Amino acid sequence: MAEMTVAALPETLAEIRDEFLELPEPDRLQLLLEFSRELPDVPAKYDGHPELCERVAECQSPVYIVMDVDDDGIVSMHAMAPAEAPTTRGFASILVQGITGLTADEVLAIPADFPQSIGLTRAVSPLRIAGMTGMLMRAKRQVRAKLAV
Amino acid sequence: MSVETDTSSAKFAEYSEPGRLVTGEWLEARLGAPGLVVVESDEDVLLYETGHIPGAVKVDWHTELNDPVVRDYVDGAGFADLLGRKGISRDDTVVIYGDKNNWWAAYALWVFSLFGHEDVRLLDGGRDKWIAEGRPITTDAPAPSPTDYPVVERDDTVLRAYKDDVLAHLGKPLIDVRSPEEYDGSRTSAPAYPEEGALRAGHIPTAQSVPWARAVASDGGFKSRAELEAIYRGEAGLTEGDSIVAYCRIGERSSHTWFVLKHLLGFQDVRNYDGSWTEWGSAVRVPIATGPTPGELPSR
Repeated sequence: MAEMTVAALPETLAEIRDEFLELPEPDRLQLLLEFSRELPDVPAKYDGHPELCERVAECQSPVYIVMDVDDDGIVSMHAMAPAEAPTTRGFASILVQGITGLTADEVLAIPADFPQSIGLTRAVSPLRIAGMTGMLMRAKRQVRAKLAV
Repeated sequence: MSVETDTSSAKFAEYSEPGRLVTGEWLEARLGAPGLVVVESDEDVLLYETGHIPGAVKVDWHTELNDPVVRDYVDGAGFADLLGRKGISRDDTVVIYGDKNNWWAAYALWVFSLFGHEDVRLLDGGRDKWIAEGRPITTDAPAPSPTDYPVVERDDTVLRAYKDDVLAHLGKPLIDVRSPEEYDGSRTSAPAYPEEGALRAGHIPTAQSVPWARAVASDGGFKSRAELEAIYRGEAGLTEGDSIVAYCRIGERSSHTWFVLKHLLGFQDVRNYDGSWTEWGSAVRVPIATGPTPGELPSR
């Protein structure tokens, strides 16, 4: 079972996971902070339009995500979260950087337990990690919905 | 060693314990004073790292105040170790502030109170008001000198309510501080969405709905005593001598209301039910009411 999980994780996300796991636990928060600073702005068509995006209810801070799938089936993920929510921004940034550029099939195959695998559960707390799990689940559901159209 | 209380605010003077709050102006003038430790406690575990009040130490409730295994707070030894590392002495004045109008700051204050740390105050308006007022923020990490904080066992009998305490309390005032949708039970999870941490929706029968944010003024600080009296005594019907239990989802928003009832309005017997809806809404055979009204006291 563990082997299947490893096999299905795209290289981009595996690299991010390894980056975290290489660090001692206290330093992982700093890396998450760096990710939060790197969260790219959303494209102009979504800027200021949270109604076009999906609110991630599992996160206590307002965070919105939207997934685009182009004609070749390549996914790009966008996320909006306020500066006052750096942890949520960090989670979103990990997924945006790890998911954008993957095929829809690769996104759908991302193991649901990816957020638990990056070594942050203790430093951040299981409850907060649940926010990232919700974000990933909603991202996959959006991709699935776009493929069905 | 403690520092004098903030007597500069006419608003504070009206509260039953004016010394439980400080203004930004008061705090800024005393940063670094002996006997004063400033603590930031946020919902977001990284917010402190993006900038904090100079010299303030961080206390995170998830990773530092909670026991890592059992759903409970740290014990006396754990609390002594934590406060020792943060450079806090037993008789220090602790001023706590945080994000979200001091939700988590009030939560930390409540936990400090369970251990009987006497002089613990809130910065009125919390982190947002401090920043809005243009007061100093730094990312420089403080290097507190460790202290020898004594091991004091937690007293859960006075300020904290367990589920069985709440069952025995039914018939006396309960304040539900969650959103109206959580209170009436209409908020449910869509299929395939993660459930919200409770198996049933609704509220504890007879609980009055007073969402926590009603205690907050437009500047992010607490409302005046007269405004608070109108809400909690006028609308919710609390009266002198009442024994009151406040609850929310996990006990953090209700700490905010607990602080209002206990320290600003002076009710003597106020307990926070930290198990809150995530416990009650999943417990077997406890009574639950739905809809916008408090509902009937269940017959036993």
